[in-house]
Amino acid sequence: MQIIQPHYHGIARTAQDYERMAMSGVVAVCEPAFWPGFERRYPETFIDYFRQISEFEPTRAAGYGIRHFCWVAVNPKEADDPDLSRAVLQHMPEFFQKPNVLGVGETGLHKSTRNECDIMEAQVQMAIDYDQLLLIHTPHLDDKLHGTKRILEILAGMPVDPAKVWIDHVEEHTIEAVRDRGYWFGFTLYPITKCSPRRAVDMIEKYGSERLLVNSSADWGPSDPFLLQECILEFRRRGHTTQEALEIFHNNPARYLGQNPKFDIKPIQIVEA
Amino acid sequence: MLSAPEVLNQYYLETRCQLLEVAATLDRLDLAMRRDGNEPVASDPRLERLRTTLDLLADRQATPDRAERVLRLFSD
Repeated sequence: MQIIQPHYHGIARTAQDYERMAMSGVVAVCEPAFWPGFERRYPETFIDYFRQISEFEPTRAAGYGIRHFCWVAVNPKEADDPDLSRAVLQHMPEFFQKPNVLGVGETGLHKSTRNECDIMEAQVQMAIDYDQLLLIHTPHLDDKLHGTKRILEILAGMPVDPAKVWIDHVEEHTIEAVRDRGYWFGFTLYPITKCSPRRAVDMIEKYGSERLLVNSSADWGPSDPFLLQECILEFRRRGHTTQEALEIFHNNPARYLGQNPKFDIKPIQIVEA
Repeated sequence: MLSAPEVLNQYYLETRCQLLEVAATLDRLDLAMRRDGNEPVASDPRLERLRTTLDLLADRQATPDRAERVLRLFSD
């Protein structure tokens, strides 16, 4: 089955990931700009990182027949340094011209500080001004509920098109607030934190899959890109069809990401001979 | 051996995850029972064992032999 992995941090992973993803049906990955595990001091460090994910990483993925797309942003954790963030933001529009850059992401909130909120708002405005897709990270663990509410408040005060916004890492206590406002929403599968494959399928069965993007957000911490395939297996084991799986794990990302014409992978319909 | 704060630090997130999985499984079961009716599982002794185990885990006065007691619940 063909799969699109919409949230994948390739720079933190080995080539074996790409090889095994290719063997398991992944045809495309999307790499949002994220926190590298330490606070960067210089805007130029971000710029080189954006070059890495927009120029070099696609060549690694291409070696295994996987299309690679990316997003640029100042992540929520480092957004607490407003001077650094605004210096980086000045350079982001240059990257919107790259053939594989899909939009602004991942912005959002971590601890929901005033600085984080200001920088998120600036990045939302940039996405509006440059007609870009927008990927928003919601906080982990204890900060999740409050941070998600704050994100929704910020978005409500801005002229965003909900159809272009993907709010990621939703869980059982945040899904309805995000979904009911018309945004795309993401389940992020992790071994311990965020969501598990079984809980993801539970939520699919309870809430449906319209505007849903399931990802496994492989990064430099404890994470497993193949939880996405485990989720597909769990979905199929509960009796859902291959076409239903395709709709969630391939066609939904194709529809959302395809709003940017650079993402030219189309939805698939199984036709019996 | 680990100190109490070290145990909490090391196993907090993992335990949180395991409890969430239990909660989600019970939700899954309840929703299926609402959809399909209680009959097939209402009298299944495995369900009662699970509920008795949850009672045991929720007891703040329990002695540190919970794992052994749970296993005895699941063993003849």
